[in-house]
Amino acid sequence: MASRPQLAPVLRRLGRAPAHLRRPAALQQSVSLPTRCFSSSRPRFFQRTAVVAKSTNFTTETYPDIKRDSRFAQLTPEHVDYFRGLLGSESAVIDGVTKHEAADDIEPFNSDWMGKYRGRCQLVLKPGSTDEVSKILKYCNDNMLAVVPQGGNTGLVGGSVPVFDEIVVNMGRMNRIIDFDEVSGTLVADAGCILESADQFLASKGYIFPLDLAAKGSCHIGGNLATNAGGLRLLRYGSLHGTVLGIEAVLADGTVVDDLCKLRKNNTGYDLKQLFIGAEGTIGIITKVSILCPQRPQAQNVAFFGLESFEQVQLAFRAAKGQLSEILSAFELMDEGSQALVRQVTKNPSPLEGRYPFYCLIETSGSNADHDGEKLQSFLEDVMEKGIVADGTLAQDETQVKSLWAWREDITESLSHLGGTYKYDVSIPLKEMYQLVEDTRARVDAAGLLGDSDEFPVRAVVGYGHMGDANLHLNVATRRFDERVEKVLEPFIYEWIAERQGSISAEHGLGLMKKKYIGYSRNPTMIGLMKNIKNTFDPKGILNPYKYL
Amino acid sequence: MSALRILVPIKRVIDYAVKPRINKTQTGVETVGVNHSTNPFDDLSIEESVQIREKKRAPGGVEDICVFSAGPPKAQDNLRNALAIGADRAIHVALKEGEDLEPLSVAKMLKLVTEQQKSNLVILGKQSIDDDSNQTGQMLAGLLGWPQATQACGIEFGAGDMVSVTREVDGGVETVRAKLPLIITTDLRLNKPRYANLPSIMKAKKKPMEKKTLADYGITSERRLKVLKVTGPEARQGGGKVEDVDGMISKLKELGAI
Repeated sequence: MASRPQLAPVLRRLGRAPAHLRRPAALQQSVSLPTRCFSSSRPRFFQRTAVVAKSTNFTTETYPDIKRDSRFAQLTPEHVDYFRGLLGSESAVIDGVTKHEAADDIEPFNSDWMGKYRGRCQLVLKPGSTDEVSKILKYCNDNMLAVVPQGGNTGLVGGSVPVFDEIVVNMGRMNRIIDFDEVSGTLVADAGCILESADQFLASKGYIFPLDLAAKGSCHIGGNLATNAGGLRLLRYGSLHGTVLGIEAVLADGTVVDDLCKLRKNNTGYDLKQLFIGAEGTIGIITKVSILCPQRPQAQNVAFFGLESFEQVQLAFRAAKGQLSEILSAFELMDEGSQALVRQVTKNPSPLEGRYPFYCLIETSGSNADHDGEKLQSFLEDVMEKGIVADGTLAQDETQVKSLWAWREDITESLSHLGGTYKYDVSIPLKEMYQLVEDTRARVDAAGLLGDSDEFPVRAVVGYGHMGDANLHLNVATRRFDERVEKVLEPFIYEWIAERQGSISAEHGLGLMKKKYIGYSRNPTMIGLMKNIKNTFDPKGILNPYKYL
Repeated sequence: MSALRILVPIKRVIDYAVKPRINKTQTGVETVGVNHSTNPFDDLSIEESVQIREKKRAPGGVEDICVFSAGPPKAQDNLRNALAIGADRAIHVALKEGEDLEPLSVAKMLKLVTEQQKSNLVILGKQSIDDDSNQTGQMLAGLLGWPQATQACGIEFGAGDMVSVTREVDGGVETVRAKLPLIITTDLRLNKPRYANLPSIMKAKKKPMEKKTLADYGITSERRLKVLKVTGPEARQGGGKVEDVDGMISKLKELGAI
């Protein structure tokens, strides 16, 4: 066995190594992004580092029309003293108000990982208990100090970083697993637990966290709830609205909402915890989570195949649901455009010999590898014989499982390697899902912006996403920033989606980026009700201002 | 040049992406409920044989590619996968679950197989990643009295049955030449194994697979070496985290560093 570790570096050079070994530094982003870009799911391998380019523009410079709300007080050394006394520990307060040398320490809390948003916050607080969160918020509410709740700061829409000088309340120190019921699978944990740590803890008990996403190594489960993160396991385990059993949260005035229910059933009154899921920290700070975790699957199988048309993709999806029903855990779609870019960047040989307009990746998870393997194989033979699938392959071992997944997961990183990307994370009824990519491509082409040579600003218009959830990532890969591109894309795409009752943000949320587009997916009555809710929970509006609604 | 009849012996091992665990009795590595796959070096042998045929690298052509495995019933999956990649037929020698052969027994068996199959080229992985013996190829060459080229990273065929093999050695590469029949063992940079595609996975089901037992070759699984105890490397002493500068200083003092 001694050679296993020794084997890894060599295989890595061969490009067959497990994806996580192969990744670092290989594809570092070197080209600056257009100032506005719509991002998509982060690649799974992303590990957040505190290195943030100082050259990032302040959000206030990028969006000059956002003005600081004058009702909010300016931070003073007295405020800082109060917090220092409250939190005690030296490490719980990063103070840029009285200590100017702390600027570097604050920078990672002020900027998002993509380098698109940068606030001017001067104070970071890291409470260690619900009580401290409560006292912080009460003081802020009484003194009109604006607050940005922050988890792992891995969001894609600028929701977790300040715009002006809001105080950052970072939940990183509240990271304990509080309780786990090995019979029911109910996990109770602090909001600041890192998703991967929670999942590793559950793995040791034979369970799995019902959510998996690219940023799992740094995102917090509280943040996952606050943004109602979707991710890769949604098809199998459903959304957090179903799996979360209870939460504990602190409202703007310091009131602790204790709804840390551990029961699956509880029909007593309004289900208020649902409001906090996806509220992006605008009505309260989630401090504890109770979540139902499923049994960890013993076996995973992966198949990858090529198809000739989107009609056939839909047929394959139906067949997969029919024949793989209970073991199907992912059905991902990729078009040839996106795969061509991955090939170009990673230089890996394609898993299939031929080129097809569409590729799908199917993952099954179950309790018996042989049983699942047989099912998957007979499914593949069936769709092959019926001519639904043109070609395909089945992972024979763990390494192949990972390298097949890489063809889906490397898309985001490959695109960013080639230049800036306009990214749209949308949900459209399945039948018309890919039509958006075709219509957008035709429109960009008609405007004379799309081409293979350097004179065209747009390199490609590609689509990929979670077919199982009708969630499409439409990406427009550019060679350089050109404002004509944006004019062609917007509001065309939003209107296209609104016409079909789709969602302009399927899983990434609103944050700062999509605040002004909510009207394309929600009617004025809905938005009015949402504003009422915000006012009820946070009448002074100190929580995550300038965003969401 | 004579047409090649290639024999590719493969082994089913614990998947290299799986972290091996030592069993409770400390007699070996836990294999139950653990993912298995073809030994990665053997994947290279299969790929290379198929490439020699596809790219018509041997002047005499490739007449036959036969994959061979002595292992548990599940080893047939690995043989089927080799057939899907492009081997012509397979031979499976059934071992009981948990039964394991030493390199010399394997080499003796392979000698008989080579003779029966009239193979003139045996391409095998330089070692299997479970016991890391790196002996079978060499022993087989000795038993057959054939030349051997180990750790191959490049194979070329010349006129008059000559084969040049580039090998990885300390500090560089070495090129050796020998005449068929020949034993070659593969190293990691030889090629990039492909994915088996669906049509060939389906076709592979119809390719012939001969089923044999150890007795057919007059071999027993008796061991010459006795495993006394298997233990893992010492666990790394994990690092600790400190809350702040004060914590750091008191920790350093505690350790006597300052």
